[in-house]
Amino acid sequence: MTARIERPISPHLQTYRVTLTMALSVIHRATGIALYFGTLLLSWWLIAAASGPGAYANVQAFTGSIIGKLIVFGYTWALLHHLCSGFRYFFWDLGYGFKANEREALTWGALIAGISLTVLVWIVAYTVGGGR
Amino acid sequence: MAEFTLPKNSKISGGKAWPKPAGATETREFRVYRWNPDDGKNPSVDTYHVDIHDCGPMVLDGLIWIKNNIDPTLTFRRSCREGVCGSCAMNIDGQNTLACTKSMHDVAAGGAVKVNPLPHQPVVKDLVPDLTNFYAQYASIEPWLKTTTPTPQKEWKQSHEDREKLDGLYECILCACCSTSCPSYWWNSDRFLGPAALLQANRWVTDSRDEATGERLDNLEDPFRLYRCHTIMNCAKACPKGLNPSEAIAELKLKMVERQI
Repeated sequence: MTARIERPISPHLQTYRVTLTMALSVIHRATGIALYFGTLLLSWWLIAAASGPGAYANVQAFTGSIIGKLIVFGYTWALLHHLCSGFRYFFWDLGYGFKANEREALTWGALIAGISLTVLVWIVAYTVGGGR
Repeated sequence: MAEFTLPKNSKISGGKAWPKPAGATETREFRVYRWNPDDGKNPSVDTYHVDIHDCGPMVLDGLIWIKNNIDPTLTFRRSCREGVCGSCAMNIDGQNTLACTKSMHDVAAGGAVKVNPLPHQPVVKDLVPDLTNFYAQYASIEPWLKTTTPTPQKEWKQSHEDREKLDGLYECILCACCSTSCPSYWWNSDRFLGPAALLQANRWVTDSRDEATGERLDNLEDPFRLYRCHTIMNCAKACPKGLNPSEAIAELKLKMVERQI
């Protein structure tokens, strides 16, 4: 009777060529996690707005800084990308869009729509709100 | 919890570069995963050069050429060499497919042909993975006709329309390309059935002659067995028979909902 052989596990992430749908699945998960932190930011803003001018000014100072703006921009994208990507999964769960070309079009669509909507929201915000 | 890196004994290190065949005018480089259970070493990647004027066009032709002309110890499964048996499924150029139907000249940027065993499986030797779990999962969906009504005198009849519903499901050759391409299956193959078994589950749920649909769906009503599918779609891209396991899984999920309303 020979001893049990310790077999290696064949390479997986190390060897598999990344596909678009695979990358967007990861991004969907990542943006979903990011939304938790974005929601914290949003509640901080709301609580500050309710507590008074001093607290509100603190939040405004943070979100007005370069880093703050970057974070809010990232949050906008995470939210809109997660939404667009979520519609894609919803569509698939209804049983549509499984052909190779439909699958790729939906995936590219979610990616591009998420980015363009984010840019659009910021353009509108700057036009209407003057960059505050 | 998902393990993104390979365990210590599975890390690839070193490998032998075999000399180019003498007298060959044009060669193609093959980089092949090697692991020998008898020498106690870690897996490695060996480099070979195949004389493409003395060899057929497919990756499997190249592997057989290497085995015949350079290194007889190279181990892989193969049988029909025409995409029917599913034995030579492996990871070629970063995608799972059959070595017998994939051209060695059809790799990214015309570079080396990188050949690995099917991903995230225990390795028996070189390119031969241990698919025991995969087959057990197939058995678990009970892939046979289940009926309660008495067996008819002749055969179980099926209309042409009902038979057509099995197209795109019955053609599966169980090569395991889809299941081992699925990241969800990599992290949860102990509990998630994987694309191949689920496509077959849907094949029997769809069959108009089968009378155990409810029981079959009950068996899949589980957070892992069915619902670990996150529609990553690697399975549909990998299938060498052009089937669509992700669509079959979506159909199963829909049937789960439909029977409740």
